[in-house]
Amino acid sequence: MTTMNKLASVTRREFVAGSAATGGGLALGFHLPGIGAANAQVSAGLAPMAGEMNAWIVIGKDDTVTIRVHRSEMGQGSSTAIPQLVAEELQCDWSKVRMEFASVMRHIRENKVYVSFSTGGSQAIRGSHVYLRKAGATAREMLIRAAALGWGVPPADCRAEKGVVTHVASGRKATYGALADAAAKIAPPADVPFRADAVWNIAGQSPPRFDVPAKVDGSAVFGMDVKVPGMVHASIKQSPVFGGKVQSYDEAKVKSMPGVQAVVKLPGDGAVAVVAERYWQAKTAMDALPIVWDEGENGKVSQAAIIERLKAGLNEPGVKVRHDGDFDGAYAKAAKKVEAEYFAPFLDHACMEPMNCTASVTAGGVEVWVSTQNAEGALAAAAEAAGVPPDKVKVNLMYLGGGFGRRGRQDYVTQAVGIAKQVGKPVKLIWSREEDIQHGFYRPISMGRLQAGLDAQGNLMAYAHKVCGQSIFAYLLPHLVKDGVDASSVDGTHNQAYKMDNCKFDFVMRNSHVPVGFWRSVGSSQNAFITESFIDEVAHAAGKDPVEFRRGLLAHNKSWTNCLNMAAEKGDWGKPLPKGSGRGIAINACFGSITCHVAEVTVDARGRLKVDRVVVVLDSGHAVHPDNIAAQNESGVVYALTAMMHGEITIKDGRVEQSNFDNYPVLMFDQMPKVESYLSLTQGEWWGGVGEPSLAPLMAAVANAIFAATGKRIRSLPLKNQDLKTA
Amino acid sequence: MIDLKVNGKLHQVDAAPDTPLLWVLRDNLGLTGTKYGCGIAQCGACTVHINGQPVRACVTKLAAVGNGAVVTIEGLSNDKSHKVQEAWIAEQVPQCGYCQSGQIMAAVALLQTAPKPTDAQIEAAMTNICRCGTYQRVRKAIYRAAGIKA
Ligand code: FES
Ligand code: FES
Repeated sequence: MTTMNKLASVTRREFVAGSAATGGGLALGFHLPGIGAANAQVSAGLAPMAGEMNAWIVIGKDDTVTIRVHRSEMGQGSSTAIPQLVAEELQCDWSKVRMEFASVMRHIRENKVYVSFSTGGSQAIRGSHVYLRKAGATAREMLIRAAALGWGVPPADCRAEKGVVTHVASGRKATYGALADAAAKIAPPADVPFRADAVWNIAGQSPPRFDVPAKVDGSAVFGMDVKVPGMVHASIKQSPVFGGKVQSYDEAKVKSMPGVQAVVKLPGDGAVAVVAERYWQAKTAMDALPIVWDEGENGKVSQAAIIERLKAGLNEPGVKVRHDGDFDGAYAKAAKKVEAEYFAPFLDHACMEPMNCTASVTAGGVEVWVSTQNAEGALAAAAEAAGVPPDKVKVNLMYLGGGFGRRGRQDYVTQAVGIAKQVGKPVKLIWSREEDIQHGFYRPISMGRLQAGLDAQGNLMAYAHKVCGQSIFAYLLPHLVKDGVDASSVDGTHNQAYKMDNCKFDFVMRNSHVPVGFWRSVGSSQNAFITESFIDEVAHAAGKDPVEFRRGLLAHNKSWTNCLNMAAEKGDWGKPLPKGSGRGIAINACFGSITCHVAEVTVDARGRLKVDRVVVVLDSGHAVHPDNIAAQNESGVVYALTAMMHGEITIKDGRVEQSNFDNYPVLMFDQMPKVESYLSLTQGEWWGGVGEPSLAPLMAAVANAIFAATGKRIRSLPLKNQDLKTA
Repeated sequence: MIDLKVNGKLHQVDAAPDTPLLWVLRDNLGLTGTKYGCGIAQCGACTVHINGQPVRACVTKLAAVGNGAVVTIEGLSNDKSHKVQEAWIAEQVPQCGYCQSGQIMAAVALLQTAPKPTDAQIEAAMTNICRCGTYQRVRKAIYRAAGIKA
């Protein structure tokens, strides 16, 4: 044993003994200024938890560090990345870190101490990194100060590393576990500087994800898997036509079926549920229950009528989104003009785990167990449905079997509580896959009309894009519609980096009765396809290479240029491919990050498409868990390809025509392209998202590759409705 | 009461004979590792083995199982030590994880019949849907479990 190590172990033993002697409170006669001010629980009148540095971090006597995670885990990996970011600043020993989901009840009690539980908009890191790093950095400083006080040395002479504070000159050491109780009583310092990416040793690495082991042996508990004593099961049927109502149902037909306990109408009359001892009994009776629906006017709406209204909308002026320079004048003078119209359909999220929620309503309050992208939203929905104040609700956040934006809504929570209230027992409500696909909040249907004017040298002189589509904000958050513009509907059009001096971006809102919502990458899910396919058209019209053409429009923007160049290089841009194959490129920024895709495709003589390879380059500013970013890139590619090849929700007689994976198919294993991920990080102040951006440009990259391979321009999705045969 | 052999144990199950095995496993036996995804044999989230063969439990009636020995994800190992589970962890395959029990059960069945599967065999066997898009890692994990160099 070296002298240094001997000293360390002795010091540690003395320290622990000292802590124990004083009952885990003040160790070694520390003088502690500002006791109590540090701890939010103290101010809330609750006993502080031993070793709790702040709402995010608890350090155990055994040196374990528990880091709380306020965002849901739906596979995007932030239940590992969030602890990494906190641990990076804390400089604890990563092997001793545990994660636990933060309590939304505490969040409500303590004035929103966890800021936000909403897990959407690719916000988990980019929207939290400042306060997460602050939690870690201040705790680290408190630990250093506690040690320095104990040793009677200036804090500046001490260093924190791998869960140990060291007095540099003397080599004295104390572990975080030994310091925690004392440190927790020190006032958190203000303005602690954050560690730069260059010195990161926990963030920026790719440790195994916390949630993975439980996902290989069936032990991860999803909402679907919750077991509550005395629980019964419910199956639900909602009005097939959106907005329809239950007129009547014949309860007697199912009342005596095995296990059936109750047939209940949901508040609002939009749905009926059958409650039985076991799920299959409930489902069997639900299917057998005769229900008469009052479909209302919506029962007459068809897909063709919705599309006609969109087409007509494209002929209206719409409202201004962004007008720069003089589009009309420049376009009139153009040597060459390009015009096109594009279409993108309604899409469902089709999370792998169908919607579900378990609820118990008692005199004391409500408890729910749920897979949701917003535990706080679930708490509010449960309180409202039960008619109790928020402090009478307990939410148990479970793992999510996919979210993609769908689980930002709490409709299944409202329903489960509504049913539990009527039957007086804990109820697990499970939607069938058919209900799940037919009662979504769909990616809006949208069209685009685009115009570009080129001068004689093929330079872009004028550019216009009019979006006509359904508005998510008008449906969900009307106060966010500003001067007639839904920013989410036009995301990915006017706000890209291309230099366009004479341009015009407009919006025409055309809403239908179909419920819409946030679908992974939101506005860019349509607009990146449309914009980047059209830019490709314009490049070809200009007689320029698509990469070269984009470079010209992006020269002023380093991050975009770097991202584009890296993708072109990694994607072998310009290298020959066999006949029938083609390469396409597309770039987009959304949710704070830039993504550039290069896709290689092959189209055979019968018009069958194979996407062979996709190169993804992402600039998310920083990369907390690079391997997880690669996984999200793979995920985005698959989600986008599913939508591009198959995805289409259509409306007939007011209802969704698709119902399950047989008629709403998804990309399968044998169609998976080889995906390669690269990072092109700008760093600095800029922190971008990871869950959504890498989906957005993929459809355009593939469409542009199809053009390169076949000469066919794809302007309408999905591809299953297109003939790619060349002969 | 109907006899049902699951993970080496004999159970007496109180369920109608036409109940899908999936719901017997989940509701009667509490084995919730086997998932419901579609109910129509499309997604594979409910994949279990009967006598070593992968089957879709959502369309397999309890009565049809008979004497068959059922193995679920919970029956692969007590400690995540099955070579396929180890490969899944090493390749960090799961995202949301909901489809993964079914993916793993399909892969285990494949490797039992084809210890060194060809790509064509892998593609023919792996027909489970993953909405999170983990297919590339599923393939790598199968290679790893089979000791195939990618
Ligand atoms: S639930 Fe059985 S195949 Fe989908
Ligand atoms: S990991 Fe989410 S569906 Fe496969």
